[in-house]
Amino acid sequence: MSKNIFVYCEITEEGHVADVSLELCSRGYKLAKELGVELNAIAIGNNLNNVADEVSAFGVNNLYLTEDEKLFPYLNMPHSNIVSKILKEQKADIVLFGATSIGRDLAPRVASTLKCGLTADCTSLEIGDHYVKKTDTTYKNLLYQIRPAFGGNIVATIINPDMHPQMATVREGVMKLEPLRKKIKPEVIKLDVNKYVSKSDFAISIIDRQIEAQKINIKGAQIIIAGGYGVGSKKNFGLLNQLAELLGGEVGASRAAVDAGYAEHERQIGQTGVTVRPKLYIACGISGAVQHTAGMDQSAQVISINIDEEAPISNIADYNIIGTIESVIPKMIKYYRKNSK
Amino acid sequence: MSYKILVLAKQVPDTRNVGKDAMKSDGTVNRAALPAIFNPEDLNALEFALRVKDKKGDAEVIIITMGPPRAADIIREGMYRGADKGVLITDRKFAGSDTLATSYAISLAVKKLAPFDMVVAGRQAIDGDTAQVGPQVAEKLNIPQITYAEEFIGFSGKKIQVKRRLERGIEILEAEGPVLITVHSSAANCRVRNAKRVMKYKYARTEIELQEAAEDYIEMLENRPYLQIKQWSVTDLNADVSLLGLSGSPTKVKKIESVVFTQKNSTTLSSSDSDINKLIKSLISSHVIG
Repeated sequence: MSKNIFVYCEITEEGHVADVSLELCSRGYKLAKELGVELNAIAIGNNLNNVADEVSAFGVNNLYLTEDEKLFPYLNMPHSNIVSKILKEQKADIVLFGATSIGRDLAPRVASTLKCGLTADCTSLEIGDHYVKKTDTTYKNLLYQIRPAFGGNIVATIINPDMHPQMATVREGVMKLEPLRKKIKPEVIKLDVNKYVSKSDFAISIIDRQIEAQKINIKGAQIIIAGGYGVGSKKNFGLLNQLAELLGGEVGASRAAVDAGYAEHERQIGQTGVTVRPKLYIACGISGAVQHTAGMDQSAQVISINIDEEAPISNIADYNIIGTIESVIPKMIKYYRKNSK
Repeated sequence: MSYKILVLAKQVPDTRNVGKDAMKSDGTVNRAALPAIFNPEDLNALEFALRVKDKKGDAEVIIITMGPPRAADIIREGMYRGADKGVLITDRKFAGSDTLATSYAISLAVKKLAPFDMVVAGRQAIDGDTAQVGPQVAEKLNIPQITYAEEFIGFSGKKIQVKRRLERGIEILEAEGPVLITVHSSAANCRVRNAKRVMKYKYARTEIELQEAAEDYIEMLENRPYLQIKQWSVTDLNADVSLLGLSGSPTKVKKIESVVFTQKNSTTLSSSDSDINKLIKSLISSHVIG
């Protein structure tokens, strides 16, 4: 059986390969090395001349390009048909997608076409074996797809023993972006769009798009002040804003805080949000379910502000301040102003 | 012929409010401690469907759900809010289905209700957060999909126009012919129960529920067919059993671990002025801030 690894390279509004796709190439490169196979990338869009260069620092051996003006912006049917056909032709064994609005629209449709499994929002991908006692069979070198499940109370390892390819989606920031010192020029395979899509694939048309420039960038922030449901109100989130502005950081939020309307969705940190690795993470009124901590537990230092001394977050925090947001944050602001001069 | 809208809905454990007793001591999930609710984004989907119905006038909204017999609760809930009919897909042979097997079963039920004009579902269910079943049902029906829908804009001739939410903006799409739409939580909230509808539909029952009901009840349902919730098994769907349950699911759970935090060396501080002052001073001197 071939053990080819594929990464779907998403193309951003600006025409570049998305960070999440490059992160997956980094992880894919390591998996490919471990398995002794090649790393392949698929890019679909219009004017993709820059893609080969952009992936060259990430160890891609073969780059499959499908270019046509009809293929940008992304549309589900043409993209899923192209991806499905390439994967079938090349007998892909492992396929990775970014868990973005494009990846999460595309990957399930491809998985259904290929009748294979798909695991969403993985937080870790490893290679390992699987032994089935009943049939005394050992499956060698399977992809372990690891993700928190059930409200973050458990961490599950998912495998696909029989029906391949093995597919997974991963959120932006979960895998590390690790450019190689030595660039590799990928072999570029250009595909004829007309062999891969038909007119009926364009049953849906885009009649308008309004794309904003990226405003919030919590992924790149060195200091993050994150609030949970325990912050209690949108007004109290204002205190977090003040502290973040003062320290030159960004405000983040747990899913519960976003669901309660305290913060924008773009600020959500955790398994279904962004993964961050700042030098300082201040968790305010966050209890610390694993779905949240999966997105921040690699922070260099963690300070928790919580009224519950036994909240799970206390186990991963370097400092646990026991108190309310209203009392602690104004004091932090006051003493920072006093001491920083 | 009236416009037919099928709504895919799921009854889920309320994982948003997981308390300390949600996990048993052996590390398994204590389902009894979690209330069963109408999956939140499926309510957004129902509202989306009802708005299409309001616009069309002559339209019918049918809820399809797959699950254990008690999942009929969400069909009744949907009827109280505006749905016209419901179908419960229930069979022990469905147990252990992953998204691929689930989408196979649901697609068979959708086909059995054909012809239809639109299928609407929540973007994802809170017990799995996969967002996979909607697109996979669309693939099996061989119809286009619109995911992350935020608003039903209207019709332009026969084409439906839908606003879609992206990470960095919105997109307006137009689709011709049957389409599957998954609705995002940023879409309009579902209308509340209507008192008249509650009175009308509170006796709606599935076959299983009828078996446990009194005689006069059965007679009432015979006279009022709108109270009959359809119940379909593997046989009713004429399904290939090898594509269902564990055998039809490519993904297997190899291992489940309950989450154990390893204790870090941490310092506990009070909210007193002196504690906070000391902390800030040490963060500044170690160049973490400032």
